[in-house]
Amino acid sequence: MTTTTWGWLVLLFPLIGSAVISLGFRFWGRTAGWIGTLAIALSFACAVAMLISLQSHGATHRELTSSLWNYDVSTGVDAHMAILVDPISVFMALVVSGVSTLIHLYSISYMKSDRGFARYFAYLNYFVLSMLILVLGGNFVMLIIGWAFVGAASYLLISFWYRRTTATGAGLKAFVINVVGDVGLVLGTFFLFRHTGTVGFLSNFNAIHHVFHTDSTDLVVACLLFLVGAFAKSAQVPLHTWLPDAMEGPTPVSSLIHAATMVTAGVYLIVRLHPLFEMAPTAADVGACIGCATLLIAGSIGVVVTDIKRVIAYSTMSQIGYMIMGASAGAYSAALFHLMTHAFFKALLFMAAGSIIGAMAGNQSLDRMGGFRKALPFTFICFMVGGLALSGIPPFSGWLSKDDIIGYMYHRGGGFFVLGILGEVGAFITGLYTFRMIFRAFWGEPSPEASELEHGHLAHAEVPTNPMTGEEEDTDIGFPGPEHVIAEREWPMRIAMSLLALLAVVGGLIEIPGVDSGITNFLAPAFPHSRLFAQEPSTGSAWVGLIVTPIIGLIGIAIVYRLYVARRGTSARLAERFAPLHNFLVNKWYFDELIDYAVVRPALLIGRVADSVLERIVISGGVTGGVTGVVRAGSATVRRAQTGFLRYYAAAIVLGLSALSLYFLISST
Amino acid sequence: MVFSSILFFIAAIAAISGAIGVVMLRNPFYSVLALVCHLIALAALFMLLRAEFVAAAQVVVYAGAVMVLYVFVVAYVGGGQEYQAGSALRILGPLFALAVAVELCIAMLGTGLSGVSSHGAHYVLGFGTPKQIGRLFLTDYLFAFEVASLLLLVAAVGSVVLARRRRGLEAEEAEDHDFQRRLRQPRPAFTGTMAEAAGLRIAVREIEESGPAVMEQEPALPTTSND
Amino acid sequence: MTIGWYLAVSAIIFSVGAGGVLTRRNPLVVLLCLELMLNAANLALVAFARMWGNEAGQIFALIIMVIAACEVTVGLGLIVAIYRRNLPIDVDELHELHG
Repeated sequence: MTTTTWGWLVLLFPLIGSAVISLGFRFWGRTAGWIGTLAIALSFACAVAMLISLQSHGATHRELTSSLWNYDVSTGVDAHMAILVDPISVFMALVVSGVSTLIHLYSISYMKSDRGFARYFAYLNYFVLSMLILVLGGNFVMLIIGWAFVGAASYLLISFWYRRTTATGAGLKAFVINVVGDVGLVLGTFFLFRHTGTVGFLSNFNAIHHVFHTDSTDLVVACLLFLVGAFAKSAQVPLHTWLPDAMEGPTPVSSLIHAATMVTAGVYLIVRLHPLFEMAPTAADVGACIGCATLLIAGSIGVVVTDIKRVIAYSTMSQIGYMIMGASAGAYSAALFHLMTHAFFKALLFMAAGSIIGAMAGNQSLDRMGGFRKALPFTFICFMVGGLALSGIPPFSGWLSKDDIIGYMYHRGGGFFVLGILGEVGAFITGLYTFRMIFRAFWGEPSPEASELEHGHLAHAEVPTNPMTGEEEDTDIGFPGPEHVIAEREWPMRIAMSLLALLAVVGGLIEIPGVDSGITNFLAPAFPHSRLFAQEPSTGSAWVGLIVTPIIGLIGIAIVYRLYVARRGTSARLAERFAPLHNFLVNKWYFDELIDYAVVRPALLIGRVADSVLERIVISGGVTGGVTGVVRAGSATVRRAQTGFLRYYAAAIVLGLSALSLYFLISST
Repeated sequence: MVFSSILFFIAAIAAISGAIGVVMLRNPFYSVLALVCHLIALAALFMLLRAEFVAAAQVVVYAGAVMVLYVFVVAYVGGGQEYQAGSALRILGPLFALAVAVELCIAMLGTGLSGVSSHGAHYVLGFGTPKQIGRLFLTDYLFAFEVASLLLLVAAVGSVVLARRRRGLEAEEAEDHDFQRRLRQPRPAFTGTMAEAAGLRIAVREIEESGPAVMEQEPALPTTSND
Repeated sequence: MTIGWYLAVSAIIFSVGAGGVLTRRNPLVVLLCLELMLNAANLALVAFARMWGNEAGQIFALIIMVIAACEVTVGLGLIVAIYRRNLPIDVDELHELHG
C-alpha cells in the first residue's frame, strides 16, 4: 500500500463512521459511541501506517501528493481533490486522530444519558473528518473545504444543546467570526492565485520565487489575509471573542475542538505556508506580535475568570498565542511540538474539568467548588499533571515545548528578543491562572458536593439549570442528560485520561535540546528551502532558558498558593484595592463591547435601513407597487368604457363600423 | 320591364316604410306587425331577384314562424310602458344611422363594380329553384348545413333552459319540504349560488351589527323591486 | 331595375335598423331592429347572387335566416326570463354587467 493510499484511508474511516451513525441514528442507541470511536481508532491506525510508510522513503522524497480527480476541465482552475502527505501533515494527522480517539472514548461515558447521543457522535466524526481534510489537503481548495467544514462542525457542536439560548447564541457567534476568517482565507488564496496561476501547495511554493520578490505588496496582502483566517480560527485578538462562549458546548467538545485540534488550524496554516511567510516578513512580524499580544491578554483575563471551563479556554488562547508567535517567527518545529504537547495536557485538563463539573452536578463556577482532593483523587492527579505540564514545570512535556519556542525567539534576536521576554512574562501568568484554578477547586474547605461525594453519594441537581444564567431547564432532547458522571466511576474516562496524562508526562522527551531532536529531524524534509527552519539556538542557551522559565513559573505558583491557600481571602482584598484593573479584566478587556459597537451595531443598522428604506419603500412600494399601480390605473381607465348600457355598446359598434368604412372609402379613392 | 320596375318600387317602399314603422311605432305589438309587412315586401323583392326558394323560406320561416314567436312573447310580456328617452343617443342615434347609410351607399354604388349597373348575370334556367338550392346544400355547402342544424338544436335547448319556471306550482312547493328548507337557510351573500340567481332577495346588513352579510329568505312571493 | 337599386334599399334598411337599435329602449323592439339589419344583409346577398349568377349568396341568405331564428329564440327566452324576475323591460335599466 502506498503512503498516499494510507492517507486516503485516514480520511475514509471518519467519513464512513459519520455516515453510518447518521443514517442509523434511530436504532444505534449506545452502539453509536463505539462505532464512532472505532472509526477514529482505525483512522489513527492508518495514520501510523502512513507515518511508517512515509519514513521508508528517502529523506528528499517525503512530499507526496495524490489526486482523486481534477476539476480543471470545468472550472479552468487546477483544483484537484488531492492530498499532500509530508511530515507536517502526517504529524498533524497523528495528533488529531490520536487525541480524537481518546476523546471519543471519554465521550461514551460523559454523554451516556444524553438523548442526542447518536447525533453527537455523528457530528464528532464529521468534525474529525473535516479536520483531517484540512491537514491532509494538498491544495488551497481542499484547505478551504476543510476549513469551512470544521467551522460548520464547530457550530453544530457548540450549539449541541440547542434548546439553550446561550448555546445557540454562542454557536452563532463562533460561526460568524469563523466566516470572517474564511473570507480572509479565500481572498488570500485569490491574491496568490492571481500571480501564480495555481492553487496547489507545492506548485505555489515553487512559483512564488519567480513571481514575487521579498515583501512584494500582493504577497504581503495575501499573507495578512491568511493571518486573518488563522486568527479567526485560532481565536487570536481581535477575533477571539467566540472561544470563551464556545464553552457552552459539551466538555469533550471543548476538549477536542477548542483545545487540541480546530484552534490549532491557524498554527498549521502558518507552518504549511511558511515559504510565503518567509518571503513576506512584514506579515510574519504582524503574526508574531499578535500572537504575543494574545498570550498576554488571554492570560490576564484567565486570572480573574470564575468559570472553570473558561479559565481553560483562556489558557488555550494564550498557549496558541505562543504557537502563532513561534510559527510566525520561524520556529516551526517548536510550534508544532508545543501544539502536540498542548493537545495532550489541554485535552487532559478539559476531561478532568468535565469530571469535576459532573461532581458538582453541572455547576461550573469556581466560587462554589472547594476541597475536592479527597473526593476526586484521580481527577485531582490529572489536574495536577495537566497543570504542571501547562505551567512548564520539569520534567513535564510543556516545559520542553514552551521553552523551545521562547529559546528560538531569543535566538532570532532583534524585536523577537523582546517577544521572548514577554513570553517569559506569559509563563508567569500561566502559572498564576492554572494553579489559581487548581487551588480553588481542590484545596480549602470541601464544598457540600465534595462532602457528599466523600461519603460516596454523587450530587444530583433537583432542577437542572443553565450553568451560566441559572435558568431552569429540563433534561429532554436538546438539553444535557439527567445523569452526571465522574471519572472515578467510569472506566472509559479513566483510560482516556490516563493515556493523556502519560503522554503529558513523557511526551516531551523526544525533543530535548542536546539529547535528541526527534521532531525536528522528522519535520526537516518538509522544509527543504526554509532559511529559518535550520536556525536553532545552541544547546547551552537552550538550557539556560530551560532553567529560567520553570523558575518563573514556580514563582507564579507560589504567589497563588499564598493568595488562595495560605492566607485565604487575600484575593478578595486585592480585587477591592485594584478595582478598576479587576473590572477591566473581568470585562475581558471590553473586546465584546468594542466589537458590538464597531461591527454589530452598524451591521444591524444597515440591515434595518435596508429593510425600511430599500425593501419597503423602493422595492415594495416603488418597483412592485409602481408597476402594479400603473397597471391598475390603466385598467381603471379602460374599465370606464364598460358602462353596462347596451345602447352605448351598440353605438360604439356603429361608430367603429362607420369610421372603418370611411377610412376604406377614403383610402380607395 | 316596366312591370318589374313598378313592382320593385312598390315592394321597396313597403319594405322601407315597414322598417321605419318598426323603429318609430310606440307599441311593440305594432312594431311586430310592421316587421311582418316588411318581411313580406322583402319576399317580393327576393322574387324579383329570381330567388324563389329564399322568398318562400322568408315567408314561411321568417314571417310565419319567427314573427309568430314574437307575437307570443309580446303578448306575454305586455305592451311595455312609455319610457322617457333621456340620453344623448336620442339625437346621436339617428345621426350615426344616417352616416352609416351614406357610407354604405357610397361604398356599394360608388365602386367600380361593373355588375352594379347591370340587371344581373344571364339567367340560367333553374337558378334559385329549390332543386338547385337543395343540391348545393347537400354537396358544396354541406358543412354549413350540418352546423346550422346543430345550431338550431343548441338554440332550442338554450331557450328552454333560459325561460323555464324556477318556482314550481303550488302543489310541487308543498311536497318538497326538505328542498325548501335547505333553500331558505341563511347563506353568505354574493357567493353566486343558484339560490341567489333564483331570486332570493339579498339583505346586506352592516358589518358592525353582525359580521358578514348573509342572505335572507323572502317568505312570500317575490315583489317587484325597482330600486 | 339594376342591382344597384337593390343595394341602395338594403343600405337604407340596414341603417334604419341600426338607428332603431341605438334609439329604442324596449329590448323586444331592439331585437326587431336586429331582424331588420339581418334582412337587409339578406337582401344584399341575394342581390349579389343575382349579379354573379351564383346561388352561393342565396345559400348564405338561408343560413342567415337560420341564425336569425336561433338568435330570436334565445333573445326572447332571455326577455321572458327577465320578465319573470320582475325586472324592468328596459335596456337602460339592465346595466349590471359593467366594469
